Amino acid sequence: MALLRWTKRHLVVIAGLLTLGYLLLPNIVVTVFSFNEPKGRFNYEWQTFSTDAWTDPCGVAGLCGSLSISLQLAAWATLGATVLGTMIAFALVRYRFRARGAVNSLIFLPMAMPEVVMAASLLTLFLNLGAQLGFWTILIAHIMFCLSFVVVAVKARVMSMDPRLEEAARDLYAGPVQTFVRVTLPIAAPGIAAGALLAFALSFDDFIITNFTAGSTVTFPMFVWGSAQRGTPVQINVIGTAMFVVAVLFVLAGMVVGGRRKRQKP
Amino acid sequence: MTTLTEAEAPPPPAPVTPTRKPPRGRGRLVPYWLLLPGILWLLVFFALPMIYQASTSVQTGSLEEGYKVTWHFATYWHALSEYWPQFLRSVLYAGSATVLCLLLGYPLAYLIAFRAGRWRNLILILVIAPFFTSFLIRTLAWKTILADGGPVVGALNSLHVLDVTGWLGITAGDRVLATPLAVVCGLTYNFLPFMILPLYTSLERIDGRLHEAAGDLYATPFTTFRKVTFPLSMPGVVSGTLLTFIPASGDYVNADLLGSADTRMVGNVIQTQFLRILDYPTAAALSFLLMAAILIMVTLYIRKSGTEDLV
Repeated sequence: MALLRWTKRHLVVIAGLLTLGYLLLPNIVVTVFSFNEPKGRFNYEWQTFSTDAWTDPCGVAGLCGSLSISLQLAAWATLGATVLGTMIAFALVRYRFRARGAVNSLIFLPMAMPEVVMAASLLTLFLNLGAQLGFWTILIAHIMFCLSFVVVAVKARVMSMDPRLEEAARDLYAGPVQTFVRVTLPIAAPGIAAGALLAFALSFDDFIITNFTAGSTVTFPMFVWGSAQRGTPVQINVIGTAMFVVAVLFVLAGMVVGGRRKRQKP
Repeated sequence: MTTLTEAEAPPPPAPVTPTRKPPRGRGRLVPYWLLLPGILWLLVFFALPMIYQASTSVQTGSLEEGYKVTWHFATYWHALSEYWPQFLRSVLYAGSATVLCLLLGYPLAYLIAFRAGRWRNLILILVIAPFFTSFLIRTLAWKTILADGGPVVGALNSLHVLDVTGWLGITAGDRVLATPLAVVCGLTYNFLPFMILPLYTSLERIDGRLHEAAGDLYATPFTTFRKVTFPLSMPGVVSGTLLTFIPASGDYVNADLLGSADTRMVGNVIQTQFLRILDYPTAAALSFLLMAAILIMVTLYIRKSGTEDLV
């Protein structure tokens, strides 16, 4: 009876934690299987414990090359999308201009479109123009679909900004450039950083659009896709696990720094 | 500086709206210069391709001789009559995954918003962190989890769940892999965070005192949820549903990795037609149909649920 009442009381917590388990289960499997020594080409069945893959993460032909291409792509796409997206976000929040509705729809639509539609139509454009598919076509596509997400992230931050701070800066004889660099940019920075982080993650992990625009260039997701047909090396799990750990550490460090800053404020 | 703003400001905090007068002369062009590069990018690489795609879908010809616009609308008829099962399957699978995401995601979002206390940030990180491992690797992990003769399939078998699902036609025999159930399971898993995060955002905004007030008025916890919490979380439900359904309906990765030839979705068809069979008009027509279907559904859905400020 008491158990039943306890269960009823904590039903939401139990259901929530089960969902969390469902979300994390694949990551646990990926981590465990990074220590596997599979028989045959596929790493789907547990055999014996081994750290071979961890000591030799680049031991598979093409894996680390594809990783480096993905990192370069993500870096450039983040830079491009963040600069263009931040400019749009400032224009949307700070200025009045014609065709605002059309601009808003143009930013919303890429987020409301299945990736495969954007991918297929971009490919028709590139084919019609006779463009050589490769690094540059992927980069163009990545900047395109990351842009809207940056706009949304930066817009939210700039909208909550108090314009009186900038007025105060101007009252204190700061020029437009000085106001922007010393006041506006530092306040907008968290939004810009969030947008950039999102763009990086989206670009690095994109498969569907990349698959259509890559030609013969192999990014890391493309490598994983190919290996799912040919045979999955354990090294894929090593990279997956390492990325997960690095990301969690990165976020935790950010939280610690952020928390300390908050406490320092009077 | 503080005294200055305080002296100027009216007692209640002033609404944060752009109060600046439109500047004259060259300054008037500033917003257009700010918009120009980004908007141009979207016009050339998002809008223009849509037009190219629409044009390709009514072309005829061959790879060798080239394609010409002949207003050949029969391609659409051909695409629909040939591939309607895949279309239907996309809607069914994406719809089931969306419903499952809502059912699974709501308790977790609720837990984070109201019951997690000091664990809130940690759980939020755990929801987002899987994103940083390539989703293809995580989807492949489901091959291990749902493997034939593995613990999950064994448990489902001994509980006779597989008999029921087999009777429903979503699994086949003693297998979960290569069946619709596996594909829906993968879709649900992949898009669950897109449901949880908007739900959490809208739940977190709810004033906790409303719950107390409902309790003071003798509402049971369930009534409080039905009459207060859930209606107030509707914006999150709407955007979560859209963020899950739209990418799920165009996905072909889960159907390819976890499914079989009988679970192909419209995304799989578009991918094969475009990248392997090189039948561009049919692929473009299918993609155009998918886009139109999504746009119509999204518009109707937003109209009906009355949440227009999604961006």
